[in-house]
Amino acid sequence: MLEMLISVWNWMPDALQVLIKIVAIVAPLMLAVAYTTYAERKIISYMQVRIGPNRVGPRGWLQPIADAVKLMFKEIVIPTNASRFLFLIAPVLSIGPSLAAWAVIPFNDTLLLSSLDASLLYILALTSVGVYGVIIAGWASNSKYAMMGALRSAAQIVAYEIAMGFALVGVLMAAGSLNLHDIVIGQSGGLGSWYVWPLLPLFFVYFISGVAETNRAPFDVAEGESEIVAGFHVEYSGMAFAVFFLAEYANIILIAALTSILFFAGWLSPFQGFASLSGTALEFLMQPSIAWFLIKTSFFIFVFLWLRATFPRYRYDQIMRLGWKVFIPVTIFWLLVEAIMFLMKVGPWSASVAL
Amino acid sequence: MSFQEVIFYLFSLALLLSAGAVVVSRNTIYSALFLILTFFTTSAIWLLLQAEFLAITLILVYVGAVMVLFLFVVMMLDVNLARLKEGFIQYLPVALLVLVVMAAEMIMVVGSDKFSTEAYPLPVPKPADYSNTKELGSVLYTDFVLQFEIAAVILLVAIIAAIALTMRRRPNTKYQSPAKQVMVKKEDRLRVVKMDSE
Repeated sequence: MLEMLISVWNWMPDALQVLIKIVAIVAPLMLAVAYTTYAERKIISYMQVRIGPNRVGPRGWLQPIADAVKLMFKEIVIPTNASRFLFLIAPVLSIGPSLAAWAVIPFNDTLLLSSLDASLLYILALTSVGVYGVIIAGWASNSKYAMMGALRSAAQIVAYEIAMGFALVGVLMAAGSLNLHDIVIGQSGGLGSWYVWPLLPLFFVYFISGVAETNRAPFDVAEGESEIVAGFHVEYSGMAFAVFFLAEYANIILIAALTSILFFAGWLSPFQGFASLSGTALEFLMQPSIAWFLIKTSFFIFVFLWLRATFPRYRYDQIMRLGWKVFIPVTIFWLLVEAIMFLMKVGPWSASVAL
Repeated sequence: MSFQEVIFYLFSLALLLSAGAVVVSRNTIYSALFLILTFFTTSAIWLLLQAEFLAITLILVYVGAVMVLFLFVVMMLDVNLARLKEGFIQYLPVALLVLVVMAAEMIMVVGSDKFSTEAYPLPVPKPADYSNTKELGSVLYTDFVLQFEIAAVILLVAIIAAIALTMRRRPNTKYQSPAKQVMVKKEDRLRVVKMDSE
C-alpha cells in the first residue's frame, strides 16, 4: 500500500506535488486558526472566571464550526459609494501574505515547502505587504470610522516594522544566514544555545512588535471599540469579515511560529546534549521533532491571548512613543553590543563567524 | 515559446499596462495602487532573472515601506481634478516638446550598440546552490564599499534634514510628557476632604 502511494507520488508532475504540499500546510493551518479563536474565548473566559463557549458540541468544541457556518450564510453588505472592487479585494490582500509566508517555514529538518536562501527577507517583505489589506479596506469602505481605523493601523504597522526588522538583523547576524533552516541549525546544542539568551532584548522587542503588528491587545487601537467601533472592518459583514478575522489569527500563528524558530530553535529539543538523560526512559526527549516546534508555537499563541486578558489598551500616542523612541534605540544599541561581541569573539556565534 | 517566456511576456504586459494606468487613471488612490502593481510585476521579472534578493528587497522597501507612506498621504489629500486640468491646452506644446526630446534620448541610448543583444549575451543559468545574497554581499562590502558608505551618509543626512524640518518648537501642542505622567502620585491629584456627617 505504502509503496503504491510512493510510486503514485513520484509519477505525479511537479506542479501537482507542490499543490498537494501547499494544501497539506494550509488545511491544518486553517483548522488551527479556527481553534485559536475557540482557545482565545476559552482561555480568556477561564482567566476571568467565566466558562466561555460551552453550548455547541461537547465543551463547546464545535463552536468555531458553528461560527463559520453562521458567517458563511450572512449577506455581504457593500456600502453605497464604496469602491466595489477594492472593497472586495481588501480581505484577500489581508489573508494572502499571511498564508504565503508559510511557504518558507521549516517544520522540521526535512519538512518544508521551499528552502529559499533569503527566506527571512521574504517573510519580512510579506508581513509588510499585509498592511495593504487594512489600508484599502479602510479607504474603500467610504466610512469615517473605517478610515480612521486604517490610518491608525497603517501608522502603527509601519512604526513597529522598523523595530521588528532591526530585531531580525540581530538574529541573522548571529546565524550568519538569511535561511530559516540554517538559523535553526545554528541554535543546535540544547537550551543554552538558543538565540534568546544572547539576544534577549531583541527577543522582547520582536515579540512585542509582533503583537503590535498583528493589531492585537494591548495595541488594538485600530479597532478600539470605545472610539471607532470596529476600525477598518466596521463596514464588513459575513464572509468578507470572516476573512479579515482569519487573517488576524493566521498572523498570530505566524508570529508565534517565527518567534519559536528565530529565538527558540524551532524543532530542536531543549534537552539536546543532556548527558544525564541518555540511556534513561526519557531519552526520546532529546530527539529533534516537529512536536517541539508545535509546543513552542502553541506557547507563544497562548502568550498572545494571555496579554489580551491582562493588559488594558494603550493610549495611541504612547504606542507611537514606544515604537519609535524606545524599541528602535534598544535594538540599535543591542546590535552595537552584538557587533562588539562579534569582534571580541565572545558569545555562541564565534564559531559561525568563519564563513 | 518556453514556459519561462510565457511568464515573462505575461508579466511584461502587466507591467506596461499598470505603468500606463498610473498616469492615466483619474483617481489618485488608483494611481498609487497601480504603481504598487508595477513594483510587484517588476519584482516578478527580476525573479525570472534569478535575482531573488533584489526582487524581495524591491517589495520590502518600495511596496512595504515607501508606497504605504505614499498611499497614506494620498488618502488624506483632497485632490481637485478640475483645477489640475486647467491650462492643459496651454501647456500642451511644452509637454510635447519634452516628450519628443525624452523619446529621442531614450532611443539613442537604448538603440546604441552598447545595449544590443550582442553586448548582453544570455546569462548562464546558475546552479541550484548558488547564493544570490552571498554573492551580492561579497561585492557590496568589498569592491563597492566606498559607494555604499557614501549612500548611507546621504540617507542619514536626508533623515536628519527631515527631522529638523518638523522639530520646531510649538508651544500650543498638547504634548504630555510620559515621564511626568509616570511620576505622578496619588497625593498630587487627589485631596481627601474631611466632612462632618449631617
